[in-house]
Amino acid sequence: MTVEIVPPRPVSTLGLQFRRFRRNRLAMASVYVLTLIVLACFFGPMFFPFTGQDADFGNISAPIDLFSIHPFGTDDFGRDLLVRVLEGGQVSLTIGFLGALVAGVIGVLYGAVAGYVGGRLDGLMMRLVEILYGFPYVILVILLSLLLGGGNVALFAAIVFTLWLTPAVIVRAQAQSLARKEFIEAARAGGMTHRQIVVEHIVPNCVSVVIVYGSLLVPEVILSESFLSFLGIGIKEPQASWGNLIQAGTAAMDTDLRLLLLPGTMLAIVLFCLNFIADGLRDAFDPNDR
Amino acid sequence: MIRFVVKRLWNGALTLAALVTLTFFVMRLAPGGPFSKNRKLSPEVIANIEATYHLDEPLWMQFGRFVWGLLRLDLGPSTRFRDYSVGDIIASGLPYSLTIGFWAVIVATTVGIALGVAGALRRNGFTDYAAGTIGVIGIAIPIFVIGPVMQAVFALKLSWVPVGGWNDGWRSLILPVIVLSLPNIAYISRLTRTSMIETMRENYVRTARAKGIGEWRTIWRHTLKGTLLPVIAYLGPATAAIITGSILIETIFALPGIGRHFVDAALNRDYPLVMGITLLYGGLLILFNIATDLVRAWLDPRLRHDG
Repeated sequence: MTVEIVPPRPVSTLGLQFRRFRRNRLAMASVYVLTLIVLACFFGPMFFPFTGQDADFGNISAPIDLFSIHPFGTDDFGRDLLVRVLEGGQVSLTIGFLGALVAGVIGVLYGAVAGYVGGRLDGLMMRLVEILYGFPYVILVILLSLLLGGGNVALFAAIVFTLWLTPAVIVRAQAQSLARKEFIEAARAGGMTHRQIVVEHIVPNCVSVVIVYGSLLVPEVILSESFLSFLGIGIKEPQASWGNLIQAGTAAMDTDLRLLLLPGTMLAIVLFCLNFIADGLRDAFDPNDR
Repeated sequence: MIRFVVKRLWNGALTLAALVTLTFFVMRLAPGGPFSKNRKLSPEVIANIEATYHLDEPLWMQFGRFVWGLLRLDLGPSTRFRDYSVGDIIASGLPYSLTIGFWAVIVATTVGIALGVAGALRRNGFTDYAAGTIGVIGIAIPIFVIGPVMQAVFALKLSWVPVGGWNDGWRSLILPVIVLSLPNIAYISRLTRTSMIETMRENYVRTARAKGIGEWRTIWRHTLKGTLLPVIAYLGPATAAIITGSILIETIFALPGIGRHFVDAALNRDYPLVMGITLLYGGLLILFNIATDLVRAWLDPRLRHDG
Protein backbone atom coordinates (compact mmCIF):
# COMPACT_ATOMS: atom_id res chain seq x y z
CA MET A 1 0.00 0.00 0.00
CA THR A 2 1.33 3.34 -0.94
CA VAL A 3 0.95 6.32 1.27
CA GLU A 4 -0.38 9.18 -0.72
CA ILE A 5 1.40 12.34 0.14
CA VAL A 6 -0.88 15.29 0.05
CA PRO A 7 1.12 18.45 -0.35
CA PRO A 8 -0.23 21.38 1.63
CA ARG A 9 -2.41 23.48 -0.59
CA PRO A 10 -0.44 26.50 -1.65
CA VAL A 11 -1.89 29.68 -0.23
CA SER A 12 -1.58 32.80 -2.30
CA THR A 13 -0.95 36.14 -0.68
CA LEU A 14 -4.40 37.22 -1.77
CA GLY A 15 -5.93 34.15 -0.15
CA LEU A 16 -4.02 34.85 3.03
CA GLN A 17 -5.22 38.41 3.05
CA PHE A 18 -8.83 37.39 2.62
CA ARG A 19 -8.43 34.87 5.41
CA ARG A 20 -7.18 37.67 7.62
CA PHE A 21 -10.15 39.78 6.59
CA ARG A 22 -12.58 37.00 7.46
CA ARG A 23 -11.28 37.00 11.04
CA ASN A 24 -12.34 40.63 11.47
CA ARG A 25 -15.75 40.30 13.09
CA LEU A 26 -16.92 43.88 12.60
CA ALA A 27 -15.99 43.81 8.93
CA MET A 28 -17.62 40.44 8.35
CA ALA A 29 -20.80 41.54 10.13
CA SER A 30 -20.80 44.58 7.85
CA VAL A 31 -20.50 42.33 4.81
CA TYR A 32 -23.56 40.36 5.92
CA VAL A 33 -25.63 43.44 6.73
CA LEU A 34 -24.68 45.05 3.44
CA THR A 35 -25.56 41.89 1.49
CA LEU A 36 -28.91 41.83 3.25
CA ILE A 37 -29.61 45.45 2.36
CA VAL A 38 -28.57 44.93 -1.27
CA LEU A 39 -30.85 41.89 -1.56
CA ALA A 40 -33.72 43.75 0.11
CA CYS A 41 -33.33 46.74 -2.21
CA PHE A 42 -33.26 44.69 -5.39
CA PHE A 43 -35.76 41.96 -4.56
CA GLY A 44 -37.89 43.50 -1.79
CA PRO A 45 -40.07 45.69 -4.02
CA MET A 46 -41.15 42.59 -5.97
CA PHE A 47 -43.22 41.44 -3.02
CA PHE A 48 -45.40 44.49 -3.10
CA PRO A 49 -48.31 44.80 -5.54
CA PHE A 50 -47.35 48.41 -6.33
CA THR A 51 -44.25 50.37 -7.22
CA GLY A 52 -42.77 53.34 -5.36
CA GLN A 53 -44.35 55.67 -7.87
CA ASP A 54 -47.92 54.43 -7.49
CA ALA A 55 -50.08 56.70 -5.37
CA ASP A 56 -52.56 55.07 -3.01
CA PHE A 57 -55.08 57.85 -2.56
CA GLY A 58 -56.99 55.91 0.08
CA ASN A 59 -53.89 55.92 2.32
CA ILE A 60 -52.28 59.33 2.15
CA SER A 61 -49.65 59.97 4.87
CA ALA A 62 -50.45 56.62 6.44
CA PRO A 63 -48.60 56.07 9.75
CA ILE A 64 -46.24 53.20 10.50
CA ASP A 65 -48.23 49.99 10.86
CA LEU A 66 -46.10 46.91 10.46
CA PHE A 67 -49.07 44.66 9.71
CA SER A 68 -50.75 46.76 7.05
CA ILE A 69 -49.98 46.77 3.35
CA HIS A 70 -47.78 49.84 3.93
CA PRO A 71 -45.54 48.70 6.80
CA PHE A 72 -43.71 52.02 7.06
CA GLY A 73 -46.63 54.15 5.95
CA THR A 74 -46.95 56.41 2.94
CA ASP A 75 -45.85 59.91 2.04
CA ASP A 76 -48.17 62.82 1.31
CA PHE A 77 -48.80 61.50 -2.21
CA GLY A 78 -49.82 58.11 -0.83
CA ARG A 79 -46.66 56.45 -2.15
CA ASP A 80 -45.39 53.55 -0.09
CA LEU A 81 -42.40 54.68 1.89
CA LEU A 82 -40.68 51.33 2.33
CA VAL A 83 -40.84 50.55 -1.38
CA ARG A 84 -39.61 54.04 -2.22
CA VAL A 85 -36.65 53.68 0.13
CA LEU A 86 -35.80 50.26 -1.32
CA GLU A 87 -36.08 51.52 -4.88
CA GLY A 88 -33.98 54.53 -3.96
CA GLY A 89 -31.45 52.07 -2.62
CA GLN A 90 -31.27 50.35 -5.99
CA VAL A 91 -30.26 53.62 -7.60
CA SER A 92 -27.82 54.67 -4.89
CA LEU A 93 -26.15 51.27 -4.58
CA THR A 94 -25.86 50.73 -8.33
CA ILE A 95 -24.29 54.12 -8.84
CA GLY A 96 -22.05 53.52 -5.84
CA PHE A 97 -20.59 50.18 -6.86
CA LEU A 98 -20.54 50.80 -10.60
CA GLY A 99 -19.12 54.27 -10.11
CA ALA A 100 -16.34 53.03 -7.85
CA LEU A 101 -15.54 50.25 -10.31
CA VAL A 102 -15.34 52.53 -13.33
CA ALA A 103 -13.43 55.26 -11.48
CA GLY A 104 -11.09 52.58 -10.11
CA VAL A 105 -10.39 51.02 -13.52
CA ILE A 106 -9.72 54.39 -15.14
CA GLY A 107 -7.51 55.45 -12.24
CA VAL A 108 -5.54 52.19 -12.20
CA LEU A 109 -4.82 52.19 -15.94
CA TYR A 110 -3.92 55.89 -15.98
CA GLY A 111 -1.69 55.56 -12.93
CA ALA A 112 -0.05 52.35 -14.13
CA VAL A 113 0.85 53.85 -17.50
CA ALA A 114 2.12 57.11 -15.98
CA GLY A 115 4.17 55.35 -13.34
CA TYR A 116 5.62 52.70 -15.66
CA VAL A 117 6.46 54.92 -18.61
CA GLY A 118 7.72 57.80 -16.49
CA GLY A 119 9.62 60.70 -17.96
CA ARG A 120 7.89 63.42 -19.88
CA LEU A 121 4.60 61.57 -20.39
CA ASP A 122 4.40 60.97 -16.65
CA GLY A 123 5.03 64.65 -15.97
CA LEU A 124 2.31 65.65 -18.41
CA MET A 125 -0.23 63.13 -17.12
CA MET A 126 0.38 64.09 -13.52
CA ARG A 127 0.16 67.78 -14.31
CA LEU A 128 -3.33 67.12 -15.64
CA VAL A 129 -4.24 65.27 -12.45
CA GLU A 130 -2.82 68.10 -10.38
CA ILE A 131 -4.92 70.66 -12.22
CA LEU A 132 -8.06 68.59 -11.83
CA TYR A 133 -7.25 68.12 -8.14
CA GLY A 134 -7.21 71.85 -7.70
CA PHE A 135 -10.78 72.08 -8.97
CA PRO A 136 -13.40 72.51 -6.32
CA TYR A 137 -15.12 69.17 -6.41
CA VAL A 138 -18.69 70.39 -5.99
CA ILE A 139 -18.35 72.89 -8.80
CA LEU A 140 -16.94 70.28 -11.14
CA VAL A 141 -19.72 67.80 -10.49
CA ILE A 142 -22.44 70.40 -10.86
CA LEU A 143 -20.94 71.73 -14.09
CA LEU A 144 -20.54 68.29 -15.60
CA SER A 145 -24.03 67.17 -14.77
CA LEU A 146 -25.33 70.43 -16.26
CA LEU A 147 -23.29 69.95 -19.42
CA LEU A 148 -24.48 66.42 -19.89
CA GLY A 149 -28.06 67.57 -19.50
CA GLY A 150 -28.88 66.10 -16.11
CA GLY A 151 -30.28 62.62 -15.63
CA ASN A 152 -28.79 59.46 -14.22
CA VAL A 153 -26.08 58.94 -16.81
CA ALA A 154 -24.85 62.51 -16.55
CA LEU A 155 -24.74 62.27 -12.79
CA PHE A 156 -22.84 59.00 -13.00
CA ALA A 157 -20.31 60.37 -15.48
CA ALA A 158 -19.78 63.50 -13.41
CA ILE A 159 -19.14 61.53 -10.23
CA VAL A 160 -16.75 59.12 -11.94
CA PHE A 161 -14.91 61.96 -13.58
CA THR A 162 -14.16 63.57 -10.23
CA LEU A 163 -13.23 60.41 -8.34
CA TRP A 164 -10.68 58.61 -10.53
CA LEU A 165 -7.88 60.95 -9.47
CA THR A 166 -6.99 59.45 -6.10
CA PRO A 167 -6.60 55.86 -7.35
CA ALA A 168 -4.53 57.19 -10.24
CA VAL A 169 -2.09 58.94 -7.92
CA ILE A 170 -1.81 55.94 -5.61
CA VAL A 171 -1.27 53.42 -8.40
CA ARG A 172 1.25 55.68 -10.08
CA ALA A 173 3.43 55.70 -6.98
CA GLN A 174 3.17 51.92 -6.75
CA ALA A 175 3.89 51.45 -10.46
CA GLN A 176 6.88 53.76 -10.25
CA SER A 177 8.56 51.63 -7.62
CA LEU A 178 7.57 48.44 -9.44
CA ALA A 179 9.06 49.66 -12.72
CA ARG A 180 12.52 49.61 -11.14
CA LYS A 181 12.22 46.03 -9.86
CA GLU A 182 14.29 43.24 -11.37
CA PHE A 183 11.40 41.11 -12.55
CA ILE A 184 10.15 43.93 -14.74
CA GLU A 185 13.59 44.24 -16.26
CA ALA A 186 13.60 40.47 -16.77
CA ALA A 187 10.22 40.68 -18.47
CA ARG A 188 11.54 43.38 -20.76
CA ALA A 189 14.66 41.37 -21.50
CA GLY A 190 12.45 38.38 -22.22
CA GLY A 191 10.80 40.34 -24.98
CA MET A 192 7.49 41.41 -23.48
CA THR A 193 6.03 44.55 -24.96
CA HIS A 194 5.38 47.57 -22.74
CA ARG A 195 1.69 46.97 -23.02
CA GLN A 196 2.02 43.37 -21.87
CA ILE A 197 4.17 44.43 -18.95
CA VAL A 198 1.64 47.04 -17.80
CA VAL A 199 -1.30 44.67 -18.10
CA GLU A 200 0.35 41.50 -16.82
CA HIS A 201 2.85 42.72 -14.25
CA ILE A 202 2.17 46.26 -13.13
CA VAL A 203 -1.61 46.14 -12.75
CA PRO A 204 -1.80 42.78 -10.90
CA ASN A 205 0.86 43.95 -8.47
CA CYS A 206 -1.21 46.98 -7.61
CA VAL A 207 -4.27 44.91 -6.80
CA SER A 208 -4.06 45.02 -3.03
CA VAL A 209 -3.62 48.80 -2.94
CA VAL A 210 -6.48 49.14 -5.36
CA ILE A 211 -8.81 46.94 -3.32
CA VAL A 212 -8.14 48.98 -0.21
CA TYR A 213 -8.71 52.34 -1.85
CA GLY A 214 -11.48 51.06 -4.09
CA SER A 215 -13.45 50.05 -1.04
CA LEU A 216 -13.19 53.63 0.18
CA LEU A 217 -14.45 54.87 -3.18
CA VAL A 218 -17.82 53.14 -2.88
CA PRO A 219 -19.07 55.16 0.11
CA GLU A 220 -17.64 58.28 -1.49
CA VAL A 221 -19.63 57.73 -4.68
CA ILE A 222 -22.83 56.97 -2.76
CA LEU A 223 -22.30 60.09 -0.70
CA SER A 224 -21.77 62.21 -3.83
CA GLU A 225 -24.90 60.87 -5.44
CA SER A 226 -27.08 61.54 -2.43
CA PHE A 227 -25.44 64.91 -1.84
CA LEU A 228 -26.27 66.02 -5.38
CA SER A 229 -29.76 64.55 -5.29
CA PHE A 230 -30.28 66.31 -1.97
CA LEU A 231 -29.39 69.63 -3.59
CA GLY A 232 -31.77 68.85 -6.45
CA ILE A 233 -29.11 68.38 -9.12
CA GLY A 234 -28.91 64.61 -9.16
CA ILE A 235 -31.74 62.14 -9.45
CA LYS A 236 -35.09 63.82 -9.74
CA GLU A 237 -38.59 63.01 -8.59
CA PRO A 238 -40.61 60.88 -9.14
CA GLN A 239 -37.67 58.48 -9.34
CA ALA A 240 -36.49 57.86 -5.81
CA SER A 241 -32.92 57.95 -4.53
CA TRP A 242 -31.74 58.20 -0.95
CA GLY A 243 -30.59 61.74 -1.56
CA ASN A 244 -33.88 63.10 -2.83
CA LEU A 245 -35.87 61.08 -0.28
CA ILE A 246 -33.83 62.70 2.49
CA GLN A 247 -34.42 66.06 0.89
CA ALA A 248 -38.17 65.44 0.80
CA GLY A 249 -37.96 64.27 4.40
CA THR A 250 -36.23 67.50 5.42
CA ALA A 251 -38.99 69.52 3.85
CA ALA A 252 -41.66 67.61 5.79
CA MET A 253 -39.61 67.49 8.99
CA ASP A 254 -41.92 69.44 11.28
CA THR A 255 -44.94 67.26 10.50
CA ASP A 256 -43.48 63.85 9.88
CA LEU A 257 -39.94 62.99 10.96
CA ARG A 258 -40.28 59.44 9.61
CA LEU A 259 -39.85 60.66 6.02
CA LEU A 260 -36.37 61.85 6.98
CA LEU A 261 -35.36 59.10 9.37
CA LEU A 262 -36.10 56.08 7.18
CA PRO A 263 -33.93 56.93 4.15
CA GLY A 264 -31.41 58.66 6.40
CA THR A 265 -30.95 55.58 8.56
CA MET A 266 -30.61 53.32 5.52
CA LEU A 267 -27.95 55.57 4.03
CA ALA A 268 -26.11 55.79 7.33
CA ILE A 269 -26.15 52.00 7.84
CA VAL A 270 -24.79 51.40 4.34
CA LEU A 271 -22.06 54.00 4.88
CA PHE A 272 -21.19 52.48 8.28
CA CYS A 273 -20.87 49.02 6.73
CA LEU A 274 -18.80 50.23 3.80
CA ASN A 275 -16.45 52.10 6.12
CA PHE A 276 -16.01 49.09 8.41
CA ILE A 277 -15.35 46.86 5.38
CA ALA A 278 -12.81 49.33 4.05
CA ASP A 279 -11.10 49.43 7.47
CA GLY A 280 -11.07 45.65 7.60
CA LEU A 281 -9.58 45.40 4.13
CA ARG A 282 -6.90 47.90 5.02
CA ASP A 283 -5.96 45.96 8.13
CA ALA A 284 -5.92 42.68 6.23
CA PHE A 285 -3.93 43.91 3.27
CA ASP A 286 -1.65 46.34 4.93
CA PRO A 287 -0.94 45.21 8.48
CA ASN A 288 2.04 47.51 8.83
CA ASP A 289 -0.08 50.53 8.22
CA ARG A 290 -1.63 50.65 11.67
CA MET B 1 12.17 78.59 -0.16
CA ILE B 2 11.20 81.58 -2.33
CA ARG B 3 11.58 79.44 -5.44
CA PHE B 4 9.25 76.92 -3.87
CA VAL B 5 6.60 79.54 -3.12
CA VAL B 6 6.86 81.07 -6.57
CA LYS B 7 6.55 77.69 -8.21
CA ARG B 8 3.50 76.78 -6.17
CA LEU B 9 1.87 80.13 -6.86
CA TRP B 10 2.55 79.73 -10.58
CA ASN B 11 1.03 76.23 -10.57
CA GLY B 12 -1.93 77.54 -8.63
CA ALA B 13 -2.47 80.34 -11.12
CA LEU B 14 -2.38 77.81 -13.97
CA THR B 15 -4.94 75.64 -12.22
CA LEU B 16 -7.18 78.61 -11.59
CA ALA B 17 -6.90 79.72 -15.22
CA ALA B 18 -7.80 76.22 -16.41
CA LEU B 19 -10.70 76.09 -13.96
CA VAL B 20 -12.09 79.44 -15.04
CA THR B 21 -11.76 78.66 -18.75
CA LEU B 22 -13.37 75.27 -18.37
CA THR B 23 -16.20 76.65 -16.27
CA PHE B 24 -16.82 79.44 -18.76
CA PHE B 25 -17.18 77.17 -21.75
CA VAL B 26 -19.01 74.37 -19.95
CA MET B 27 -21.59 76.86 -18.70
CA ARG B 28 -22.16 78.23 -22.19
CA LEU B 29 -22.32 74.80 -23.77
CA ALA B 30 -24.84 73.49 -21.25
CA PRO B 31 -28.37 73.58 -22.64
CA GLY B 32 -30.54 76.54 -21.70
CA GLY B 33 -29.66 80.14 -21.04
CA PRO B 34 -30.23 82.74 -18.35
CA PHE B 35 -33.50 83.90 -19.89
CA SER B 36 -34.92 80.70 -21.29
CA LYS B 37 -36.93 80.02 -18.13
CA ASN B 38 -38.68 83.39 -18.12
CA ARG B 39 -42.30 83.98 -18.98
CA LYS B 40 -42.93 83.96 -22.68
CA LEU B 41 -41.21 87.01 -24.04
CA SER B 42 -41.34 88.23 -27.57
CA PRO B 43 -38.21 87.43 -29.58
CA GLU B 44 -37.38 91.14 -29.84
CA VAL B 45 -37.36 91.53 -26.07
CA ILE B 46 -35.14 88.48 -25.63
CA ALA B 47 -32.80 89.74 -28.32
CA ASN B 48 -32.67 93.08 -26.52
CA ILE B 49 -31.91 91.53 -23.15
CA GLU B 50 -29.27 89.26 -24.63
CA ALA B 51 -27.66 92.24 -26.33
CA THR B 52 -27.52 94.06 -22.99
CA TYR B 53 -25.59 91.17 -21.47
CA HIS B 54 -23.56 90.63 -24.67
CA LEU B 55 -24.94 87.12 -24.99
CA ASP B 56 -25.48 87.62 -28.74
CA GLU B 57 -21.77 87.89 -29.43
CA PRO B 58 -19.69 84.90 -30.54
CA LEU B 59 -18.33 82.80 -27.69
CA TRP B 60 -14.71 83.88 -28.07
CA MET B 61 -15.72 87.53 -27.84
CA GLN B 62 -17.71 86.84 -24.70
CA PHE B 63 -14.72 85.08 -23.25
CA GLY B 64 -12.44 87.97 -24.16
CA ARG B 65 -14.88 90.37 -22.52
CA PHE B 66 -14.93 88.19 -19.41
CA VAL B 67 -11.13 88.01 -19.18
CA TRP B 68 -10.87 91.76 -19.71
CA GLY B 69 -13.41 92.31 -16.94
CA LEU B 70 -11.54 89.92 -14.70
CA LEU B 71 -8.33 91.89 -15.13
CA ARG B 72 -10.19 94.98 -13.93
CA LEU B 73 -11.77 92.93 -11.10
CA ASP B 74 -15.20 93.52 -12.56
CA LEU B 75 -17.34 90.45 -13.14
CA GLY B 76 -20.33 92.39 -14.37
CA PRO B 77 -23.96 92.32 -13.30
CA SER B 78 -25.78 89.16 -12.30
CA THR B 79 -28.32 88.05 -14.89
CA ARG B 80 -30.69 86.89 -12.18
CA PHE B 81 -30.56 89.66 -9.62
CA ARG B 82 -30.63 92.42 -12.19
CA ASP B 83 -29.67 95.36 -10.01
CA TYR B 84 -26.71 93.73 -8.30
CA SER B 85 -23.23 93.11 -9.55
CA VAL B 86 -21.56 89.77 -8.86
CA GLY B 87 -19.19 91.61 -6.55
CA ASP B 88 -22.11 92.94 -4.49
CA ILE B 89 -23.71 89.51 -4.12
CA ILE B 90 -20.48 87.86 -3.04
CA ALA B 91 -19.61 90.71 -0.68
CA SER B 92 -23.00 90.44 1.02
CA GLY B 93 -22.89 86.66 1.48
CA LEU B 94 -19.21 86.01 2.13
CA PRO B 95 -19.07 87.28 5.74
CA TYR B 96 -21.72 84.74 6.80
CA SER B 97 -20.01 81.84 5.05
CA LEU B 98 -16.62 82.82 6.44
CA THR B 99 -17.95 83.19 10.00
CA ILE B 100 -19.46 79.71 9.97
CA GLY B 101 -16.43 78.25 8.22
CA PHE B 102 -14.01 79.91 10.65
CA TRP B 103 -15.75 78.59 13.76
CA ALA B 104 -16.21 75.16 12.24
CA VAL B 105 -12.47 74.93 11.52
CA ILE B 106 -11.61 76.10 15.05
CA VAL B 107 -13.99 73.63 16.68
CA ALA B 108 -12.94 70.78 14.40
CA THR B 109 -9.21 71.23 15.00
CA THR B 110 -9.31 71.77 18.76
CA VAL B 111 -11.81 69.02 19.51
CA GLY B 112 -10.36 66.67 16.90
CA ILE B 113 -6.75 67.03 18.06
CA ALA B 114 -7.73 66.83 21.73
CA LEU B 115 -9.72 63.64 21.18
CA GLY B 116 -6.96 62.12 19.08
CA VAL B 117 -4.23 62.89 21.61
CA ALA B 118 -6.35 61.65 24.50
CA GLY B 119 -7.10 58.46 22.60
CA ALA B 120 -3.44 57.86 21.78
CA LEU B 121 -2.26 58.48 25.35
CA ARG B 122 -4.80 56.16 26.93
CA ARG B 123 -5.20 53.56 24.24
CA ASN B 124 -8.31 51.41 24.60
CA GLY B 125 -9.46 53.52 27.52
CA PHE B 126 -12.85 55.17 27.78
CA THR B 127 -11.85 58.35 25.93
CA ASP B 128 -10.36 56.28 23.16
CA TYR B 129 -13.59 54.39 22.62
CA ALA B 130 -15.68 57.54 22.88
CA ALA B 131 -13.46 59.26 20.33
CA GLY B 132 -13.59 56.21 18.09
CA THR B 133 -17.37 56.21 18.21
CA ILE B 134 -17.58 59.89 17.38
CA GLY B 135 -15.13 59.23 14.58
CA VAL B 136 -17.22 56.50 13.00
CA ILE B 137 -20.43 58.48 13.37
CA GLY B 138 -18.89 61.63 11.96
CA ILE B 139 -17.53 59.82 8.94
CA ALA B 140 -20.51 57.61 8.16
CA ILE B 141 -23.48 59.88 8.74
CA PRO B 142 -23.59 62.60 6.12
CA ILE B 143 -24.14 66.25 7.00
CA PHE B 144 -27.49 66.34 5.26
CA VAL B 145 -28.83 63.56 7.47
CA ILE B 146 -27.40 64.60 10.81
CA GLY B 147 -28.16 68.28 10.18
CA PRO B 148 -31.92 67.93 9.74
CA VAL B 149 -32.12 65.36 12.56
CA MET B 150 -30.37 67.69 15.00
CA GLN B 151 -32.56 70.49 13.76
CA ALA B 152 -35.65 68.42 14.48
CA VAL B 153 -34.47 67.40 17.94
CA PHE B 154 -32.75 70.49 19.34
CA ALA B 155 -34.70 73.19 17.55
CA LEU B 156 -38.18 71.86 16.87
CA LYS B 157 -38.67 69.51 19.84
CA LEU B 158 -36.52 71.08 22.57
CA SER B 159 -36.39 74.67 21.28
CA TRP B 160 -32.86 75.11 22.66
CA VAL B 161 -31.58 76.76 19.52
CA PRO B 162 -33.21 78.48 16.56
CA VAL B 163 -34.20 76.26 13.61
CA GLY B 164 -32.31 78.34 11.11
CA GLY B 165 -31.71 81.83 9.84
CA TRP B 166 -29.36 84.43 11.22
CA ASN B 167 -31.57 86.44 13.55
CA ASP B 168 -30.49 85.15 16.96
CA GLY B 169 -26.86 86.23 17.07
CA TRP B 170 -24.43 83.57 18.21
CA ARG B 171 -27.24 81.18 19.04
CA SER B 172 -28.05 80.71 15.37
CA LEU B 173 -24.42 79.69 14.85
CA ILE B 174 -24.43 76.74 17.26
CA LEU B 175 -26.11 74.04 15.18
CA PRO B 176 -24.54 74.90 11.81
CA VAL B 177 -21.06 74.99 13.33
CA ILE B 178 -21.49 71.69 15.17
CA VAL B 179 -22.88 69.93 12.13
CA LEU B 180 -20.25 71.33 9.79
CA SER B 181 -17.38 70.44 12.10
CA LEU B 182 -18.53 66.92 12.97
CA PRO B 183 -17.10 65.02 9.98
CA ASN B 184 -13.87 66.95 10.36
CA ILE B 185 -13.64 66.22 14.08
CA ALA B 186 -13.93 62.59 13.07
CA TYR B 187 -11.17 62.69 10.47
CA ILE B 188 -8.83 64.85 12.51
CA SER B 189 -9.15 62.77 15.67
CA ARG B 190 -8.46 59.55 13.75
CA LEU B 191 -5.53 61.08 11.97
CA THR B 192 -4.10 62.53 15.19
CA ARG B 193 -4.47 59.26 17.03
CA THR B 194 -2.64 57.13 14.44
CA SER B 195 0.02 59.73 13.90
CA MET B 196 0.58 60.25 17.64
CA ILE B 197 0.93 56.51 18.27
CA GLU B 198 3.48 56.36 15.48
CA THR B 199 5.39 59.38 16.72
CA MET B 200 5.58 58.07 20.26
CA ARG B 201 7.56 55.13 18.90
CA GLU B 202 10.14 57.41 17.26
CA ASN B 203 13.68 57.35 18.54
CA TYR B 204 13.82 61.06 19.30
CA VAL B 205 10.80 60.75 21.58
CA ARG B 206 12.39 57.84 23.39
CA THR B 207 15.58 59.88 23.74
CA ALA B 208 13.65 62.81 25.17
CA ARG B 209 11.95 60.57 27.66
CA ALA B 210 15.24 58.86 28.55
CA LYS B 211 16.74 62.24 29.33
CA GLY B 212 14.11 62.49 32.02
CA ILE B 213 12.43 65.71 30.96
CA GLY B 214 9.01 64.67 32.15
CA GLU B 215 6.03 63.14 30.42
CA TRP B 216 4.08 66.31 29.63
CA ARG B 217 7.06 68.19 28.36
CA THR B 218 7.97 65.29 26.12
CA ILE B 219 4.49 65.32 24.67
CA TRP B 220 4.30 69.06 24.34
CA ARG B 221 7.75 69.80 22.96
CA HIS B 222 8.61 66.68 21.00
CA THR B 223 5.70 64.44 20.19
CA LEU B 224 3.08 66.96 19.19
CA LYS B 225 5.13 68.54 16.44
CA GLY B 226 5.60 65.25 14.64
CA THR B 227 2.00 64.32 15.29
CA LEU B 228 0.57 67.40 13.67
CA LEU B 229 2.27 67.04 10.27
CA PRO B 230 -0.34 64.79 8.65
CA VAL B 231 -3.09 66.71 10.43
CA ILE B 232 -1.93 69.93 8.83
CA ALA B 233 -1.66 68.22 5.47
CA TYR B 234 -5.31 67.32 5.86
CA LEU B 235 -6.33 70.71 7.19
CA GLY B 236 -5.55 72.71 4.07
CA PRO B 237 -7.92 70.97 1.68
CA ALA B 238 -10.34 70.44 4.57
CA THR B 239 -10.59 74.15 5.29
CA ALA B 240 -11.46 74.79 1.69
CA ALA B 241 -13.92 71.88 1.80
CA ILE B 242 -15.51 73.30 4.94
CA ILE B 243 -16.10 76.57 3.19
CA THR B 244 -17.51 74.76 0.14
CA GLY B 245 -19.41 72.39 2.43
CA SER B 246 -21.31 75.43 3.54
CA ILE B 247 -23.45 74.87 0.42
CA LEU B 248 -25.26 72.13 2.30
CA ILE B 249 -25.24 73.87 5.66
CA GLU B 250 -26.62 77.06 4.23
CA THR B 251 -29.37 75.15 2.46
CA ILE B 252 -30.33 73.17 5.56
CA PHE B 253 -30.24 76.09 8.00
CA ALA B 254 -31.46 78.79 5.61
CA LEU B 255 -28.41 80.97 6.11
CA PRO B 256 -27.72 84.01 3.92
CA GLY B 257 -24.21 82.97 2.83
CA ILE B 258 -22.83 82.46 -0.68
CA GLY B 259 -23.09 78.66 -0.70
CA ARG B 260 -26.74 78.58 -1.61
CA HIS B 261 -26.11 81.04 -4.44
CA PHE B 262 -23.83 78.62 -6.17
CA VAL B 263 -26.33 75.88 -6.88
CA ASP B 264 -29.07 78.38 -7.69
CA ALA B 265 -26.78 80.32 -10.00
CA ALA B 266 -25.79 77.17 -11.86
CA LEU B 267 -29.41 76.08 -12.20
CA ASN B 268 -30.53 79.55 -13.33
CA ARG B 269 -27.61 79.79 -15.76
CA ASP B 270 -26.56 83.00 -14.07
CA TYR B 271 -23.24 82.97 -15.93
CA PRO B 272 -21.50 85.90 -14.22
CA LEU B 273 -22.42 84.75 -10.71
CA VAL B 274 -21.25 81.18 -11.38
CA MET B 275 -17.94 82.53 -12.64
CA GLY B 276 -17.55 84.70 -9.55
CA ILE B 277 -18.22 81.91 -7.07
CA THR B 278 -16.06 79.44 -9.02
CA LEU B 279 -13.19 81.90 -8.91
CA LEU B 280 -13.68 82.45 -5.21
CA TYR B 281 -13.86 78.77 -4.25
CA GLY B 282 -11.09 77.75 -6.63
CA GLY B 283 -8.86 80.55 -5.40
CA LEU B 284 -9.49 79.67 -1.76
CA LEU B 285 -8.79 75.98 -2.35
CA ILE B 286 -5.52 76.71 -4.13
CA LEU B 287 -4.37 79.25 -1.55
CA PHE B 288 -5.11 76.89 1.33
CA ASN B 289 -3.18 74.11 -0.38
CA ILE B 290 -0.15 76.38 -0.79
CA ALA B 291 -0.42 77.60 2.79
CA THR B 292 -0.53 73.99 3.96
CA ASP B 293 2.64 73.13 2.11
CA LEU B 294 4.39 76.15 3.59
CA VAL B 295 3.41 75.31 7.16
CA ARG B 296 4.50 71.71 6.67
CA ALA B 297 7.84 72.79 5.26
CA TRP B 298 8.26 75.07 8.27
CA LEU B 299 7.52 72.23 10.69
CA ASP B 300 9.47 69.55 8.86
CA PRO B 301 12.82 70.57 7.39
CA ARG B 302 12.94 67.37 5.32
CA LEU B 303 10.17 68.69 3.08
CA ARG B 304 11.93 71.94 2.30
CA HIS B 305 14.08 70.88 -0.62
CA ASP B 306 11.53 68.83 -2.46
CA GLY B 307 9.79 71.55 -4.42
